[in-house]
Amino acid sequence: MSLKKIYVIACLAGVVLAVTSLFVGVADISLIDFFDGTVSQTDWLVLQTSRIPRTLALVFAGTSMAVAGAIMQMLARNKFVEPATTGTVEAAALGMLVVLLFAPDLPVVGKMLVAGAFALAGTGLFLWLLTKIPLRSVVIVPLIGMMLGGVISSFAAFIAYRFDMMQAMNVWTSGDFSTVLRGRYEVLWLAFALAIIAYRGADKLTMAGLGQEFSVSLGLDYRKVMTFGLVIISLVTASVVVSAGMIPFVGLIVPNLVSIAFGDNLKKTLPWIALFGAAIVLICDIVGRLIIAPFEVPVGAVLGVIGSFFFLYLVLGRNAYAR
Amino acid sequence: MIHVRNATKSYDGDLVVDDVTLSLKRSGVTSIIGPNGAGKSTLLSMIARLINMDGGEITIDGLNIATTDGLELAKRLAVLRQDNHITARLTVRDLVAFGRYPHSKGRPNENDLEHVNRALAYLGLTDLSGRFLDQLSGGQRQRAFVAMTLCQDTDYMMFDEPLNNLDIHHAVSMMKLFRQAARDFGKTVVVVIHDINFASCYSDHIIAMKDGKVAEQGSPDQIIDASILSDIYNTPFQVQNINGQMIATYYGA
Ligand SMILES: Nc1ncnc2c1ncn2[C@@H]1O[C@H](COP(=O)(O)OP(=O)(O)OP(=O)(O)O)[C@@H](O)[C@H]1O
Ligand SMILES: [Mg+2]
Repeated sequence: MSLKKIYVIACLAGVVLAVTSLFVGVADISLIDFFDGTVSQTDWLVLQTSRIPRTLALVFAGTSMAVAGAIMQMLARNKFVEPATTGTVEAAALGMLVVLLFAPDLPVVGKMLVAGAFALAGTGLFLWLLTKIPLRSVVIVPLIGMMLGGVISSFAAFIAYRFDMMQAMNVWTSGDFSTVLRGRYEVLWLAFALAIIAYRGADKLTMAGLGQEFSVSLGLDYRKVMTFGLVIISLVTASVVVSAGMIPFVGLIVPNLVSIAFGDNLKKTLPWIALFGAAIVLICDIVGRLIIAPFEVPVGAVLGVIGSFFFLYLVLGRNAYAR
Repeated sequence: MIHVRNATKSYDGDLVVDDVTLSLKRSGVTSIIGPNGAGKSTLLSMIARLINMDGGEITIDGLNIATTDGLELAKRLAVLRQDNHITARLTVRDLVAFGRYPHSKGRPNENDLEHVNRALAYLGLTDLSGRFLDQLSGGQRQRAFVAMTLCQDTDYMMFDEPLNNLDIHHAVSMMKLFRQAARDFGKTVVVVIHDINFASCYSDHIIAMKDGKVAEQGSPDQIIDASILSDIYNTPFQVQNINGQMIATYYGA
């Protein structure tokens, strides 16, 4: 069977997963009702205003964060980084804080753009720091990013504390899709569109991942491609932070698993990364909804647990592949 | 023609390339030899615009490398550096195919594919083409990088110590390949090389560098000379003519 056929089948499995996600929840809606036409008005309403937006948000956020992680790993030339370990998320949250303080009435896209600009500055700072630090042990790189993130977020926390906005900070940095409703997640369509745009630049991003020298000798405008990648990462992160809150580790786990199986040629791997990104977030969300029903564990928390173990496995694991 | 005029580079006040002026003629194999730290890699990287010069000017076919569009240069000059560390997991074929980027811009046509297949075959990588780079031996990986550079199919090709990690069979066939590219296709190949006898037997022109300067240059017959080599390397040399090839030995007691 060709890889393309397998991909199509995997996509169908993804659709099944998404449909499952639609019908898990407190209000008991049955798929069968839709086929025999006995579906009630309220069921329709729940589906339209809450369930469908939630599932779409999960798919878009999962897809775009996984893609952003893969790009980050290319640009930093390191397998251990993703927007949550490069200061990107913290910088985006700081940006949101600043917007709420100075321009609270900005439409959500405007807020996202400001947060994106902050995220861009934070990620740029991270990459600049990497060029300044001589010893580049592979594990040092994410540590530097987390330290930078720590500095940014303590600065943000200081401001938030002064202005009594700690709770909002919390919402941005821990992904929770239970509050996603129609009219409050649409910015994630943009994140999804950015992931598709990234795919169009996949070859260039992969070449940039070979390093500056290879890029230059192949006639690639290295700075331009770096900027392109950074803008995608920053805007995707900002969209997710603004709408549902950060979902950690998707950008780490998914690209690494795909890399082990299929390598790192983004032209080939991005479709898989996008699919698996959506799948893992859908699954973690369903688990979070079922595990202590009728209450919910936010998807960010579920991913945090799985992701931490995966990260440890990557760092400590005896697989030489990430070195 | 490549013209280098008064090229200069220093690190922390140390001149590592000291006012070098030289020309590289079209077509032929030129070897650059010299001791460690002589400035060979630095000079090569400056010609290939991978590092900036502190002073001087370099032109390739009349185009100033400092002002010419990067893609335009990439169609004329390809370079492989001394150390290549790639973290991305690419297959040999994917890596080599990236060498076509200046021509294909990511949309390879039949002709590009043919170049890729030919480069893989030239370097004996056809059977390994589906392997990931991290699944290769050091010499196989080196050949993959050379194949990528060849695949760029430029008039000027520069390789910094391409024989690194290669066994004798592959070293000989790579040098023959370079010579064939120069003779049959008019390519200009510049290699930095430590094995004096490879330089002697396969090049048309040898440039010997020492302390950031071009110490000597000329044909192999002129440069592979006991007193010149002894001077450059501070090591006693003997040179013998074996079946018309100038062979240097330097294994002191
Ligand atoms: N980035 C750098 N910073 C400081 N010094 C450098 C740098 N790169 C090279 N040098 C110095 O410049 C000099 C020339 O280096 P270069 O790499 O050109 O030597 P080389 O002739 O290629 O030597 P080798 O045969 O060992 O490859 C050396 O003394 C080296 O220490
Ligand atoms: Mg060198």
